[in-house]
Amino acid sequence: MTGLSTTHEATSPTTIAAKKSASASSFAFQDALFHRSTQFFALLVLATLAGIIASLFIGSWLTLTQSGPRFFVTDVWDPVRNLYGGMAPLWGTLITATIALVIGVPVSFGIAIFLTEMCPPVLKRPLGTAVELLAAIPSIIYGMWGLFILSPILAELQPSISATLGKLPIIGTIFQGPPMGIGVFTAGLILSIMVIPFIASVMRDVFETTPPILKESAYGLGATTWEVMWNVVLPYTKAGVIGGIMLGLGRALGETMAVTFVIGNAYNISLQLFDAGNSIASSLANEFNEASDPNHLSALITLGLMLFFLSFLVLALSRWMLTSLSKKEGSRT
Amino acid sequence: MSTREAPSSIPTQSLATPDNPIYRRRVWVNRFNLAVSIAAMAFGMVFLLWILFTLASKGLAAFGPALFTQMTPPPGSDGGLANAIFGSVMIVGAAIFIATPIGIMAGIYLAEIGRESAIAKVTRFVNDILLSAPSIVIGLFVYALIVARFKQYSGWAGAVALAIIAVPVVVRTTETMLLLVPNSMREAAIALGAPQWRVVTMVTLRAVKGGVITGVLLALARVSGETAPLLFTSLNNQFWSTDMSAPMANLPVVIFQFAMSPYEEWQRLAWAGALLITLVVLALNILARTVFRQKNK
Repeated sequence: MTGLSTTHEATSPTTIAAKKSASASSFAFQDALFHRSTQFFALLVLATLAGIIASLFIGSWLTLTQSGPRFFVTDVWDPVRNLYGGMAPLWGTLITATIALVIGVPVSFGIAIFLTEMCPPVLKRPLGTAVELLAAIPSIIYGMWGLFILSPILAELQPSISATLGKLPIIGTIFQGPPMGIGVFTAGLILSIMVIPFIASVMRDVFETTPPILKESAYGLGATTWEVMWNVVLPYTKAGVIGGIMLGLGRALGETMAVTFVIGNAYNISLQLFDAGNSIASSLANEFNEASDPNHLSALITLGLMLFFLSFLVLALSRWMLTSLSKKEGSRT
Repeated sequence: MSTREAPSSIPTQSLATPDNPIYRRRVWVNRFNLAVSIAAMAFGMVFLLWILFTLASKGLAAFGPALFTQMTPPPGSDGGLANAIFGSVMIVGAAIFIATPIGIMAGIYLAEIGRESAIAKVTRFVNDILLSAPSIVIGLFVYALIVARFKQYSGWAGAVALAIIAVPVVVRTTETMLLLVPNSMREAAIALGAPQWRVVTMVTLRAVKGGVITGVLLALARVSGETAPLLFTSLNNQFWSTDMSAPMANLPVVIFQFAMSPYEEWQRLAWAGALLITLVVLALNILARTVFRQKNK
């Protein structure tokens, strides 16, 4: 940015000519300096990631050395007796993220179909923006809305859901639990609304990369819009669609505030989705500032490490899927 | 799959009649699924409007001049959010001030200098991971880095945490924007004898100024509403404080604390704060889009 102030001096031809004749080596020096300084900032980004990983390992060292792998399969979390096991929050994180995807993926697919194939061109931009604005709303707003507006409504509905769907054999259990309106299901539902814009906009973007000639060929053979989407566009953009879903999953795993408001803050592992639970992120948000015992602190940081590891894996997969799609596209054109 | 094979041997017209059961079924499957996708769109919009409506109706009730002039009250009495608003502006401002140069420089490296080098590839990958990394983990990192070392929660720690979240957004947009500049522009500048740093700062970066500003605005919008990383870093402060090296009040954490409390006055203020923060974030998003669209026309 410093160069901007010297614009006039540089654009005047005499200065450039003078500099040129002065020495090419001073240019080489300036450029080397420029390369190094920009590279330094790029390396700073790398250092941040390294720093995050290193600090999480250092912080969780106490727990990792004392409990080792047992930490991940123990479901007791009792700061009073100084016993910590990470299984309950891990379970909560996975189950809420799963609910989010089960609801969010089909809805996102529908939105993407609507935006690419059915939407009148005039509405395309405003509706697309509206979906993206859903992603811009801060997560704490989702949390408040979930606690004060959505959960009272769910509390009304849950008894009747338990009485009907809950009676089904085998899968009935998941529709059971105390009808409080808050719990794992509510958290999953709110997460699904939060991941929809991410998944839907990736899907819309990759759907639009399908070469028109493929779609037109299918339409020419008499295929319906749905058949074109399902049999032509979806197979063509498969990698990108999975990448988008993984991106949504990555977001859902680490989402903190929205979940903290509605999940109920209870360490238990239950198949009943209306039960209160805890995710890794919500345990951290609720307890980290109050934790004074080094064991407690270390156990919480171990949870953080676990969360980071999980989302790193999912996001890396997402990124790999999305680049493989753009490579395919590149080789075709 | 059947559609691809069927028409090759038999003319389409004979199949596409209302009394062909296969054709009828296909048409109905199509109508049903398209109706479902309209419903999905409506589902998304309903939640957006519902949330905005809730915010407007609950937030406006507590909106007033007191919100901007009075301090956060003790439980059970009226007050405003002045110190929290000020704290948020300070912390977010500092974060963007730190993040913008880092992000733009790293973006320049990726688009103009590193390009396909190993360092650039790894950086691009890591940047994408950091873009969606759980923000609470970034809070943990800054806690270990700054808060634990200086034995004090501080506004600066909050600013650093938010900066770490903002940097990847700026890097990503700067790089994407710079890659849109046609190579002929770079070549023209080089042919005039300009060193590369002048080519970048005066030709390519200028050509995409709007896009880079968009990136900064989006980063600003992103960090304005972030709560999780501030919980363990800047914490909260009940009083007016301009000292960035001490715990500092900020809107998101105050909203969190007040909304979770049983006191009615606090909950009302939380809604007002929520409305304020959402309006700011949505306005920034829309502004970013307009800047981008205008500069790219």
